[in-house]
Amino acid sequence: MTASMSQCLMQMVQTDYQMSDYQSEIAPRWCAGCGDNAILTAMQRLCRDEQLPPEKTVCVSGIGCSSRLPHYMNAYGFHGIHGRALPIAEGIKIRRPDLNVFVTTGDGDNCSIGAAHWLHAIRYNMNLTVLLHDNQVYGLTKKQASPTSPKGLKSNTTPYGAALNPLNPLSVTLGVANVSFVAQAVDWIPDLLYEILRKAHQHRGLSFVRVLQRCPEFMGHRFDDWVRDPMKMRILTHSDGLRLKPEVSRVYKNQETHDPLDMPRALAIASMQEEIPVGILYNDPSVPCYDDLRAGERPNTPALVKTVLDEEFDKVGIWPDSADPAGSTE
Amino acid sequence: MTSDGRQDFAGTAEFRHDPDPTPSRPRPAEVLAESIVEIVSDSGEGAQRCGQSLAAIAARMGNGIWTVEIIPAEIQPPHRSVAGASGNRVRFASGPVTNVGDAADLVVAFNEQVLLSRLHAGEIKPGGTILIENAWQNDPDPAIVAAYAKVVAGVRADGYRVYEVPMAAECQKYVPDPRKGKNMFVLGMLCAIYSLDAEVARAQVRFIFAKKDQKIINANLELLDAGWAWADANLDLKYKVPAPPVAARQVVMNGNAALALGVVASGMEVCAMYPITPATSASHYLSSIFEKVGCVVHQAEDEISAATFAIGASYAGKCAVTITSGPGLSLKQEALGLAVMAEIPLVVIDVQRGGPSTGLPTKVEQGDLMAAMFGGHGDAPKVVMAVSSIEECFYSVITARKIAETFNMVVIILSDASLATAQQPFERPVFNPDWLAPPINQSAVPEDAKPYDWDARTGIATRFIPGQPNGMHCLTGLAHDRDSHVAYDAAINEEGLLQRSRKLAAFQTTLRLAPVFGGDDGDLLLIGWGSTKGAIEEAVTALRAQGHKVSSLHLKYLQPMASGIDAVMKRFGKVMTIENNWNDPKDDPLINDDNRRLSSLALLLRARWLVDVDCWGKARGQPLKPSAIMQAALAKLETAEGEQ
Repeated sequence: MTASMSQCLMQMVQTDYQMSDYQSEIAPRWCAGCGDNAILTAMQRLCRDEQLPPEKTVCVSGIGCSSRLPHYMNAYGFHGIHGRALPIAEGIKIRRPDLNVFVTTGDGDNCSIGAAHWLHAIRYNMNLTVLLHDNQVYGLTKKQASPTSPKGLKSNTTPYGAALNPLNPLSVTLGVANVSFVAQAVDWIPDLLYEILRKAHQHRGLSFVRVLQRCPEFMGHRFDDWVRDPMKMRILTHSDGLRLKPEVSRVYKNQETHDPLDMPRALAIASMQEEIPVGILYNDPSVPCYDDLRAGERPNTPALVKTVLDEEFDKVGIWPDSADPAGSTE
Repeated sequence: MTSDGRQDFAGTAEFRHDPDPTPSRPRPAEVLAESIVEIVSDSGEGAQRCGQSLAAIAARMGNGIWTVEIIPAEIQPPHRSVAGASGNRVRFASGPVTNVGDAADLVVAFNEQVLLSRLHAGEIKPGGTILIENAWQNDPDPAIVAAYAKVVAGVRADGYRVYEVPMAAECQKYVPDPRKGKNMFVLGMLCAIYSLDAEVARAQVRFIFAKKDQKIINANLELLDAGWAWADANLDLKYKVPAPPVAARQVVMNGNAALALGVVASGMEVCAMYPITPATSASHYLSSIFEKVGCVVHQAEDEISAATFAIGASYAGKCAVTITSGPGLSLKQEALGLAVMAEIPLVVIDVQRGGPSTGLPTKVEQGDLMAAMFGGHGDAPKVVMAVSSIEECFYSVITARKIAETFNMVVIILSDASLATAQQPFERPVFNPDWLAPPINQSAVPEDAKPYDWDARTGIATRFIPGQPNGMHCLTGLAHDRDSHVAYDAAINEEGLLQRSRKLAAFQTTLRLAPVFGGDDGDLLLIGWGSTKGAIEEAVTALRAQGHKVSSLHLKYLQPMASGIDAVMKRFGKVMTIENNWNDPKDDPLINDDNRRLSSLALLLRARWLVDVDCWGKARGQPLKPSAIMQAALAKLETAEGEQ
């Protein structure tokens, strides 16, 4: 009794986590003005506000600038290999429902080399929060066009301009079976970034958040028009979705009430060219989750393993002549 | 009565009192030490089931058995085609059987084209016995009548003993579609020819149709009896392969089933896989039982995600497994490098097939040894072990999981297509709770502990598992220091390489070399690995009986290798590996000592121990046969000292 009380007290003391409890001893090494810094701060705010125990929090990433994020979090981190953050995160989650698993990935990591995993991760709909840091360029390898780069982008692999139209991560995600949560945020509106991230975390299933992110080094002025003109930002609100603080609402007056279950409208919003939509495009909490569907009905125990092995051996058994087969059960 | 095989085998009074088929011309059976039987048909005519049942009946009577599936690559190959031959080879003997053996003594063919397929492959003993369906002689298509007549006349002329059997005509007395019943008729015929026990045979038929209704079971029992009676009345073939009484409880299964049960017994809880032949049947069987013990088979979207999913599961808990074949192993290589770098335990099962590329998906080759050892980029030490029997398929998974978790390493188990489908009895395993993985450690990590606190003697660091307080760190595939911080510093990089390599050396000190088979010294030592063990030892036994001083050594661990191999090699005049993989033929005019490409193990042994190791092997997609190994050994014995 005393032991459990003291444990309870200890837990109460420990659960008063501050922002600093989620900051690792390594200072972020992103470029000055990189949008990744805003995403990291939003993550740490979320962990503090939700009081997520650092030991129960896992940040998984692939390779790229965005994928350095786990190093800067004081949590369990898994900085994996290029494109494979999602299957690693799925493996982590499959037997560990107690862990809060975040995935940070980039437009090259997720939409190019890891694209197959992206589609299937949406379909599995496991309990993961996925942040696509989309700066529309390869940064870590020094400026190559990515699948989301605008047509005509001059890069080291496209010196005469990128030949193709970009892939739209929002409409692609919305088109996959079992999609359950799709949102878009931008690094230059931190309040909304945080609010969207919080909604994503609270969602049961895979929440996919594309964060448009500025790369001052290689895509310096890509989003200038939108950063300067709040009216070019379309803010999606709903009683079940984002609720805006008055100060945000005052600046970003171009708002649309959007029902997050309205898929046709979500697809139309995803395809906007002139305006950048920010908010929750789609949210269907009723979609079943693969990790729930595949959760074992009973825990793996030595007794269970013995029983099942014996059952299987019985099916293929050969018995000594002396033994009575009918009486040879153990 | 359940569908449980044991209870079916026990038989019921009803069946005990069934009259035996009465042989009309009883005659004494010729006693044989062993026999090799093949049953071949078009795909879908049930020859495989017939062969498997024959093997099961013989095994239950106490015979040693080994079965191999004869599989076309296509699901529905054209009927009556050489390429479409589907069936089973059964080798059964008075003593244990460890391999597929040489040419078949007796073959049952459902048409002349599938018979040709086996003749072309050289799988039927000269002068052997052929039983062939004779319905084709009355086929409405004159081309078929002619083809049948030509082949039958041809094999008679070549000296085979040919029996034309009215299989369809006989089966039609019992079932409307003889294609669906021939296999049980043939089973009855074979049981009669080999004097097998009628009651055991009926129990087997009841077992394989246990899920069907009684009408179907009865029809198949009638077919079995009909085949039996027909053979006794019409054939002058009567053999007996005496079986000693079964001394201990045994189980009989194929290699992939044994691997799957090994996964269950190892305590691993997650298997991530992608369908690939010939590995997939292990995952099929595992899928049917894994959930019963609270575990998951995840069919991933591709081989890479299967590997990385398993790595994620391992990282967050107990060691996980991924099961694949050659092309899948290639695709997983980058992920295996991550597991090596980050020191995450992982078991990889590679059921090898013919390669490269899509190669021979359904056929055997030991072609992946180098890929398993050195397939990834950079220095990536992994444990590589090979299984050489069905029993080893089961126990090796348990051992592999323990090695993986003790050393935080990747362990690759190499099986192959011949073990995958070969059936062999072995002593029924008795469950031991020590096989299982301990519960996931969730205790707090000491404040000053580091995630890569490498032990100076062993290189082993205790890994921190998510959920452990104070253990937070960021695991990375980048070079890292003891804190798991990214570090490009030369000394730190070198230390990581050293510690990961050191673990392999530490593990190597725990290995014991298997005893030499044959004699401790002599003129020729054959060295093998994997599924060839039985065939090599059979060849060695025969050679020694002829007075040749030949022995063999079989390696279970290929990376690292046990100490003492060099000492064994030096006790023999010549050393030659026997491998089911490619090496350049010495008699090719273009090939010389400078350019001859050697079999994998030979190359490895030469590199490590500076011993003149030769190699012999074939990569024909077939198991190596004892007679071929004998010939190769004799040829090697005849070569002069120093001559390649």
